[in-house]
Amino acid sequence: MVQFALNHAWLVPLLPALAFVIIVFLTRPWPRVSSTVSIAAIFSSFVLASSIAYGVFTNPGFIEKPLEYSLRWFGMEGFTVKVGVLLDPTSTMMLFMVSMVAALIQIYSTGYMEGDPQYSVFFSYLSLFAASMLGLVISSNLLQMFVMWELVGLCSFLLIGFYTFKISAREAAKKAFMTTRIGDFGMLLGLLFLQIIFGTLDLTELAQRVPAFEQFGISLGLLTLIAILVFIGPIGKSGQFPLHVWLPDAMEGPTPVSALIHAATMVVAGVYLVGRTLFLFAEVPGAMEVVAFIGAFTALFAATIALTQREIKRILAYSTVSQLGYMMLALGVGSLSAGMFHLWTHAFFKALMFLGAGSVLHALHNKADVWDMGGLIKKMPITGWTFVIGGLAIAGIPPFAGFWSKDEILAVTLQYATHGHSLGYVLFFMATFTAFLTAFYMWRMIFLTFFGKEKPENHPHESPRSMTFPLIVLAGFATLGGLIGTPWANYWSKWIHFGQPHHGEPSIGLMLLSVFLGVAGIGLAYIFYYKDEEKLRVKQLAERYQTLYKISFNKYYVDELYLWFTRTVVDAGAKVLYWFDIHVVDGIIDGMAGFTKVSGRGLRYLQTGKLQTYALVFFLAVLVITVVLAFGNPTSAGILGGGK
Amino acid sequence: MENIYSLIAFVLLSGLVLGSALLVVTLKNLVHSVLWLIVTFIGVAGVFLLLRADFVAAVQVLVYAGAVCIMIAFGVMLVQRTEMAGSNPVNWRFKIAAPLVGGLFIVIGLLTAKAQWVVSGKEVPTQTVENLAPILLQDFVIPFEVAAILLTVALTGALVLVKEVKANGDRS
Amino acid sequence: MATGLNPSYFIALSAALFAIGLYGAISRKNAIAVLIAIELMLTAVNINLVAFNKFLTPEAFIGQIFAIFVITVAAAEVGLGLAIVIAIYRNRKSVNLDDFDWMKW
Repeated sequence: MVQFALNHAWLVPLLPALAFVIIVFLTRPWPRVSSTVSIAAIFSSFVLASSIAYGVFTNPGFIEKPLEYSLRWFGMEGFTVKVGVLLDPTSTMMLFMVSMVAALIQIYSTGYMEGDPQYSVFFSYLSLFAASMLGLVISSNLLQMFVMWELVGLCSFLLIGFYTFKISAREAAKKAFMTTRIGDFGMLLGLLFLQIIFGTLDLTELAQRVPAFEQFGISLGLLTLIAILVFIGPIGKSGQFPLHVWLPDAMEGPTPVSALIHAATMVVAGVYLVGRTLFLFAEVPGAMEVVAFIGAFTALFAATIALTQREIKRILAYSTVSQLGYMMLALGVGSLSAGMFHLWTHAFFKALMFLGAGSVLHALHNKADVWDMGGLIKKMPITGWTFVIGGLAIAGIPPFAGFWSKDEILAVTLQYATHGHSLGYVLFFMATFTAFLTAFYMWRMIFLTFFGKEKPENHPHESPRSMTFPLIVLAGFATLGGLIGTPWANYWSKWIHFGQPHHGEPSIGLMLLSVFLGVAGIGLAYIFYYKDEEKLRVKQLAERYQTLYKISFNKYYVDELYLWFTRTVVDAGAKVLYWFDIHVVDGIIDGMAGFTKVSGRGLRYLQTGKLQTYALVFFLAVLVITVVLAFGNPTSAGILGGGK
Repeated sequence: MENIYSLIAFVLLSGLVLGSALLVVTLKNLVHSVLWLIVTFIGVAGVFLLLRADFVAAVQVLVYAGAVCIMIAFGVMLVQRTEMAGSNPVNWRFKIAAPLVGGLFIVIGLLTAKAQWVVSGKEVPTQTVENLAPILLQDFVIPFEVAAILLTVALTGALVLVKEVKANGDRS
Repeated sequence: MATGLNPSYFIALSAALFAIGLYGAISRKNAIAVLIAIELMLTAVNINLVAFNKFLTPEAFIGQIFAIFVITVAAAEVGLGLAIVIAIYRNRKSVNLDDFDWMKW
């Protein structure tokens, strides 16, 4: 079984793709059949992925020498593109995680989407989404990855805009698509550069060639540019500043979609890509710093926005942006293992929280404002307590999963700082402060939603078992998923690492700091939002620091800035181009047409209708051409058969 | 001696052909033009004989000198019911046409003079018909049949065209 | 040179005949005269074909075959041409080609 799975890893993305085709062409009229097909496919993928994981993680050989097999896809003279499978611990971990979260989300969706007229379509999209993400994960070369990457983008477009009757959903889908396109364009440029310079997009081959980039005749500066171009793709996809704007709006889709996009698949694709191409970034310290700073800044930036948001899914969305920033920070300071570890734990607790939020929205009939909720834990105990586990995990309270990965990131950042990068202290400070903020805003949300006084107008009820089951499984992983990477027994960094495995001594001080920050955040939230029943103090605070509050509530006006930019710069440019089009381009066309018309009007008098005149002109021309050919140019006489 | 004879024959025939052709295109009376056209065609048939193409010469006499010229003569009769003397006037273009055709002749002549011919030393077999028949009826049988169909169609078309049209526009 | 003649003579003859025919085709007013002139031009081409046959490929007979086809087509052409001229004459009471200019702008 294990050997079969290893040799047929391509089946993992293929099965959901097959499910997509089956649903679209066959089972669409029967919703239950569709969802069964879809879940069966993704569950088979999950079983396969588990076997692969077992195979890879029990065999240390795969760590140094990944399993790779590929076929020729297309090619031409001196250029071949292969399509293949690359299995190393990183991709195996992703395969396992993505297929599992996707399977849980699909199970959850059977409850959440119950009775939706587009039920089958929804499952076909979910299948396609899972297929493209799994395909991205196992890709052995960057072009294949890019294709899957775009497919992921397409699926996110379809799913965010799933409620096509909602204008805001349609707009959000467009926004997501276009914003990520900006990033993809940069990335495509980067890939083209790589192909042109190194002559391959194969990951293993590139990993061998890039360190010797000087032999390929390029300078460090150009390599930095390439790395940054490639990084623009993940900026768009993983919602890093300044292309994060699509991500919160993507909440317009159905909640399972939000969970899928924001926890397991789309947004982590960017982090995964950076992880995959870390050999490129590792060569250029400049690009690494960019990655680290964008990551750290995004983390802090999004966390401050999340402080004041009111919609439950929006808070989670900004928290996702913030956590993705963490992952980027970890990669930026050179630790693949910490970044991937956080990706792993985050996938579980964030999926858990999104699904929990979905459960709440389901119960409250899509009332999204946390201030209108309260005391839900009494009526919805499973949702509530699993959500609390998620909150503890993200706040970094041991032994929950988030603690270990966050601690790992803080540790590597500190290590980076102490190893001669003085700017690393800034990064470290940003990261720690973000950790505090994260705990605070998460628990603000939890206290407001699940604790406190019940609102009489709400009539919540616990969700069906199909929805609570995934919550419980995910809560289990959010609790225990981090134990494979504790500093005392760090299996994780033994398996997944870039360069030398990380052998940091467990730093008790750092852990204490981390725990203290988490507890402080939760405590502060407790004081403001639980003890203070009328929430007077926070209202006073908001009054006193009105400007700050407004800036945060309005997300630093980034959307408005972009809107202003489009309205003024882009529209003005468009006006100029419009003028150019009307007067110059159309002018040329009209001029040509006019010239034809006028010249035709003049020339038509040559058409006398008298046959003999035509013959006369014809033979005059024959005479002239013959003379020119025969006597004008000595070499051309041969055309007419004339002599030498 | 044969060379001299054939050269004399060529010169005489050329004189006949070109002289009569000139008369064809310059005479004012169209009927006279047609008559001189017969002479021209017969002269060309002579040239064909000189070239050992007796079958073609016979066809030339039969088709051109016989059928075509008679047909043209009938055409002239059908369209020209007034006096014939000035039936073939010249238009203004002859002033340009004369130097044009002169130039054309000179150019072709010069190019011909420069040309080097790869002359085959062999002679045309004396029995041309026996040699032509298999080519025409075996190798080229499809073009031959197509030519037959073409002739039929052309003559049917001619009939349709010249059919008397009644006053109401009805062609029947 | 069995006959003492060479292709150049015949081509010159053909060219002269062609030129005369062309002159007639361009300069005569009467449509039937133009048809006659075109016949002259076709005949000139036949002389060429037969001469090439004689001098260049005497045993293949291609030139003669071609000449026969040209004669066939010329016969068809003159028949149709005359029919057209007659039909036009019926409508227009004229055979002057310069009057047949209603295909102009």
